[in-house]
Amino acid sequence: MAANATPDFRTRLQTWLPKLVLSPSLAMVLVFVYGFIGFTVYVSFTNSRILPFVGPDGQPTHDLIGFTNYAKLFSLSHWEISLTNMAIFAGLYIVICTLIGLILAILLDQKIRGEGFLRPLYLYPMALSFIVTGTAWKWFLDPGIGLENIMQTWGWESFSFDWIKNRDFAIYTIVLAAVWQTSGFVMAMFLAGLRGIDNEILKAAQMDGASNWNLYRRIIIPQLRPAFLSAFVILAHLAIKTFDLVIAMTGGGPGRATELPATFMYSYTFSRNQMGIGASSAVIMLMTIAAIMIPYLYAELREKK
Amino acid sequence: MAVATQDTAIRTGRFARALIYLVLLLFVLFYMLPLYVMLVNSVKPLSEITGGGMMALPQVWTLEPWAKAWSTAQIGVQPTGLRPYFWNSISMVVPAVAISTVLGALNGYVLTKWRFRGDTILFGLMLFACFIPFQIVLIPMAAVLGFLGLSGSTAGLVLVHVVYGVGFSTLYFRNYYAVFPTELVRAAQIDGAGFFQIFWRILVPSSGPIAVVCIIWQFTNIWNDFLFGASFASGDGAPMTVALNNLVQSSTGVKEYNVHFAGAILAALPTLLVYIVAGRYFVRGLMAGSVKG
Repeated sequence: MAANATPDFRTRLQTWLPKLVLSPSLAMVLVFVYGFIGFTVYVSFTNSRILPFVGPDGQPTHDLIGFTNYAKLFSLSHWEISLTNMAIFAGLYIVICTLIGLILAILLDQKIRGEGFLRPLYLYPMALSFIVTGTAWKWFLDPGIGLENIMQTWGWESFSFDWIKNRDFAIYTIVLAAVWQTSGFVMAMFLAGLRGIDNEILKAAQMDGASNWNLYRRIIIPQLRPAFLSAFVILAHLAIKTFDLVIAMTGGGPGRATELPATFMYSYTFSRNQMGIGASSAVIMLMTIAAIMIPYLYAELREKK
Repeated sequence: MAVATQDTAIRTGRFARALIYLVLLLFVLFYMLPLYVMLVNSVKPLSEITGGGMMALPQVWTLEPWAKAWSTAQIGVQPTGLRPYFWNSISMVVPAVAISTVLGALNGYVLTKWRFRGDTILFGLMLFACFIPFQIVLIPMAAVLGFLGLSGSTAGLVLVHVVYGVGFSTLYFRNYYAVFPTELVRAAQIDGAGFFQIFWRILVPSSGPIAVVCIIWQFTNIWNDFLFGASFASGDGAPMTVALNNLVQSSTGVKEYNVHFAGAILAALPTLLVYIVAGRYFVRGLMAGSVKG
């Protein structure tokens, strides 16, 4: 009996082992990601202001209040400013990054000597923290010591560039720094796409007398569709998550001129003790990203099967 | 980078080529500008910066700002410099990278060589977790860390980074093992090798490149993280990015720009060094996280 049971147990263990090995990670993701998402959604329907959720008497410190937080959220001018800024920021960031990335990739694809030397120089910002690069941009754009001051000492007395301190223009300095950080990455995505294009079609079109401009416009760029899609999805989700860069460069200011949803959520949750509203803003952020990412990931995973 | 150099069929004239090189070099200037500003201003006295010489080479070279940023600058209550925070980051990054990489390798192995019904859905769930805005988990995470007594501790941050890093490491190993010949695994199984034996003897020895990609990616991401560090580690337990931000934003006293720049480079140095030594692998990781693996 006992001799029989041992191999039996071993075989059973072997069939269960793979699932057993996967289960800690899976449990972690289910609890810390999906459970937590559920929890934040719950908090967004309560009037919680600060942690903990349960008082010393064991009674919950909050009540369910339905969609009140969402109604309040969308009536706050602070949130409206964050959304407007997000629209400006994301729109410019995605378009400019894509353009620079595409142009650089096309130029680098012209049998450039030293391509292996140039590529890493375009891409290194991706390895740096936004706090580091934000600090560099913050002081470089500072009118007191940075660009404005430099130009004036170089003799251009009337030169003025105070965008980072100017309510109407500060958001564009965030765009500049963000574009600087990720456009090299977009270049790499497009370059990989360009290298995958079949040269035979191009040669045939050349024989027919097509100009370079037409080759790009009619044959090459249309074939880069998957790269455009990937770039859009990655850039859009990076834009929505932008947080560190704003904190490092402007702290959301001057005034609220550079507040984004991510900084809004952080300040309402941790400094203003309005956790319910903070949670509802996080839910809106998640839904926006999910609307972009889920179809994309779904398509990617289905293709691979 | 995974792109093979391949000749394009496009032909360009001499003038066009000169123009292309010019544009490419202008972009080099654009990308190098902040690094130049940081480097050159971290080795000059403060007066040269405030006097309008930000772009100039130092008239007087000095390592004073570096020394100050590292060991005496006022960051928290104490004038400790960035040194203790640097070690905070190291002691957070090393275990977090190690654990998430090992878990990722095991998950990738199971998801490709021991497939079962619904495994793609499970992988999809793990993959989506890589892209969520982390604001959605900040509140419950703060509550759970408080409940576990891990608030503000390095152990707490390690847990956070393992949890939210395992999706990417699984992605890397899964895509890598997917093209690894399954026949080898089946043959070893027939010979009586067990689950871990196969993993250890057959898959691990050929996992070098993807392990490097994964480790570099996790290292860079976790080192550069600011949101979790700022939310869950305050004061003495803060990682390097949070300490640097505190240094730069502190409103007391004279703004010592040269110290800020030196501090910024100190915070950038580990990831920058990794990029210089193994940039190819970093870019592979970036691409695998975005385009098809």
